[in-house]
Amino acid sequence: MSTASENTKLAQVTQWIDARFPMSSLWRDHISEYYAPKNFNFWYYFGSLAMLVLVIQLVTGIFLTMNYKPDARYAFASVEYIMRDVNYGWLIRYMHSTGASMFFVVVYLHMCRGLMYGSYRKPRELVWIIGMAIYLCLMGEAFMGYLLPWGQMSYWGAQVIISLFDAISPPLALWIRGDFVVSDATLNRFFAFHVIALPLVLVGLVLVHIIALHEVGSNNPDGVEIKKHKDPVTHKPLDGINFHPYYTLKDLVGVSVFLGIFSAVVFFAPEMGGYFLEANNFIPADPMKTPPHIAPVWYFTPFYAILRAIPQKQLGVIAMGAAVMIFLALPWLDRGLVKSIRYRGTLYKTAFGLFITAFLILGYMGTQDPNLWYVNPTSQICTVIYFSFFLLMPIYTRMDKSRQAPDRVTS
Amino acid sequence: MKQHSRLMKLLFSLAALTALSAGLAGQPVLAHEELTLERAPIVEGDKASLQRGARAFANYCQSCHSAQYLRYSRLTDIGLSEEEIKANLMFASEKIGDTMTVAMDKSDAKAWFGNPPPDLSVEARVRGADWLYSYLRGFYKDPSRPTGWNNTVYHNVGMPHVLYELQGVQNMVGEEGAKSLKLVHPGKLSEAEYSQFTADLVNYLVWMAEPAKSTRIQIGVLAIFFFVLAFFVTLALKKEFWKDIH
Amino acid sequence: MSDSHSDNGGRRRFLIGAAGALGAAGAAAVATPFIMSMLPSARAKAAGAPVEIDVSKLEAGMMMTSEWRGQPVWVVNRTPETLAQLAKNADRLRDPGSENSEQPEYCKNPNRSSAEHPNLLVVVGICTHLGCSPQDRMKAGNAAGMGEDWPGGFFCPCHGSKFDMAARVFQNVPAPLNMRIPPHMYLADGRLLVGADKSKGA
Repeated sequence: MSTASENTKLAQVTQWIDARFPMSSLWRDHISEYYAPKNFNFWYYFGSLAMLVLVIQLVTGIFLTMNYKPDARYAFASVEYIMRDVNYGWLIRYMHSTGASMFFVVVYLHMCRGLMYGSYRKPRELVWIIGMAIYLCLMGEAFMGYLLPWGQMSYWGAQVIISLFDAISPPLALWIRGDFVVSDATLNRFFAFHVIALPLVLVGLVLVHIIALHEVGSNNPDGVEIKKHKDPVTHKPLDGINFHPYYTLKDLVGVSVFLGIFSAVVFFAPEMGGYFLEANNFIPADPMKTPPHIAPVWYFTPFYAILRAIPQKQLGVIAMGAAVMIFLALPWLDRGLVKSIRYRGTLYKTAFGLFITAFLILGYMGTQDPNLWYVNPTSQICTVIYFSFFLLMPIYTRMDKSRQAPDRVTS
Repeated sequence: MKQHSRLMKLLFSLAALTALSAGLAGQPVLAHEELTLERAPIVEGDKASLQRGARAFANYCQSCHSAQYLRYSRLTDIGLSEEEIKANLMFASEKIGDTMTVAMDKSDAKAWFGNPPPDLSVEARVRGADWLYSYLRGFYKDPSRPTGWNNTVYHNVGMPHVLYELQGVQNMVGEEGAKSLKLVHPGKLSEAEYSQFTADLVNYLVWMAEPAKSTRIQIGVLAIFFFVLAFFVTLALKKEFWKDIH
Repeated sequence: MSDSHSDNGGRRRFLIGAAGALGAAGAAAVATPFIMSMLPSARAKAAGAPVEIDVSKLEAGMMMTSEWRGQPVWVVNRTPETLAQLAKNADRLRDPGSENSEQPEYCKNPNRSSAEHPNLLVVVGICTHLGCSPQDRMKAGNAAGMGEDWPGGFFCPCHGSKFDMAARVFQNVPAPLNMRIPPHMYLADGRLLVGADKSKGA
């Protein structure tokens, strides 16, 4: 325990800083006296976990950059140098590759929470839009990062996806590549984007995302606005609890579970059966030889399936883009009376269930050889279901027989 | 609502478990090849087997195939001393810290074999142990090929059967749709001995592809213990503070 | 579990302590691989590994240059006359006893060489002033333009530092220390190993 004099010293330093920087008030407003609904459940872990994975990727990324060489002649070899010759280089590499996939696991679950509990609804539309911007940047970051090992999948995956931009405008693909085919020029600029540009943008967007959230306050599994009922004396929301220590400690439990699973993958199954580290990517990139089966990494496969489901190339590209961007329209498509799926009717729950199922099936179809008889028809049906979830939403959310949402949070 | 979230949790854990076991199965997911592969009878970590495999690689493979990402000094991990490595596995006057390069010129290689023999440092991560094992045992005589050899696993491969003196000569026999390999000329090794020889070599190739694997697993066990402990401590801490709520 | 506040306080403090201890241990465990990754890699160690030099054909009065860890290493086979001259240089030198300079224990002697081959000088050919490589002025006297009383040694052209035939620095020159003697040992058949010695092992 500190003595009285030490307390005064600490208090003095704190005062000195507070006179020049809003340290204590920021701590109060955003952590110790930020009131979050007391009924957060399992689905509410993934925001803090996403921040954790971002930190993991930044730190492991910095250390990888110390030894990686963004030159088409040396890139593949430099990764093997990291894996073998750099002390614990293999560990840093596996943490980064596992972190990339875990980032998407966490982010998809985080978005699913938003869908289920209506976190995108007024007044949180901007939180949702910023979140979608983060998702788009994350996809770009992952796509560019995947080129860096310069394996066969890196090279040909980039070649295929960039050539899609040909469908929008041929000079655009040339400008992105910096060359007539994916080459050293492409590798070097993707390195610059992956290591500096997009991480800066991502960190900025995450900050803005949290500021926007804290401005309106968090949603909860019942979709109830806790700010409606405040204590008359303290003005604290009756169903709110201090973020610190209650949710800092609860999130800490979530962190320990997540890191346990993360470690299990890093140490026992870093390749994840070829889904996290693909076998073909251990072959150095060969512009002369296309691998028989090019598939994007698992987290892009649902959108890849949609792209392939449409027979016409340009329409396919538009459909794939629309499939991602349509999430932005959610706050305005949803005309339901309640926010949370807990109080929605059978119509909505069915639509939601179909959407999730279609998304998962599309993900699987994206990994499969398109020549197999079932791949195209299934992808097409699921694409229809996928878009219907959004496009028909103004209709079925209005028709949906929802129950009365409670006034105060339940569980 | 509580029921729904419990169901969700169950489904989620089942999905996670399935994904994890798929990952733990460990075989690389390669392009869709309709092959039946023999299971490679290797015991990873068996140092005697790895040392025999290292010798086999140096004697039979290294004249054409480099392993350019592996240093000779790394072989101390499989129980060899630097003197043993220098004496038995290094044939040119290289230093112990050198990487396992090969003297063959790339243009020569292309002229002789069609494609330069690939570097084998990470081949086991591309193909998997079973593929490599079946490949080494799948050579048969084929007069239509420039080398005179073909392979059941890698159709029209450019590599000759370097190990034919050990395995002997196999022919492809049987009717269309029911073909199999038959040993028509025995080699220096018996079936069982050649099995062991190729298993050792494949074991070594698997080790070469990821020398840090055994360390990775050892540290992993400690990490899991730590996080299990951390879970219980953080959960107790959380519950203690949450007593104040309600 | 008791509900009394005092118990709670104690339990709370214990759990915070336990979690804190685990956190500190975890942080140390995580930091270790990152810090270790910045130490020399296997490639750096291989490049910096000891080098073998064949000195069997080095004649008396001759010098040969090799490379170790990116720097020149000189091996000089000194004649008996040169060795005899070394003791007479003492009052012209800044550090005749090599008290401040860098050399292995077995080379902290007037000849600055190991007892096995007192005639062989093994030295890193880098001036201790600002890192230039000095030039050969091994011939005594004015033959090398160093003045009549020049005992033989090395001259650094960058700022004029002078060293004798045991690589000891003269007084009144910019260089502060005698040139560095690296760890070394002699192997069979006239081979010299630079970069390792019996104390650390090859």
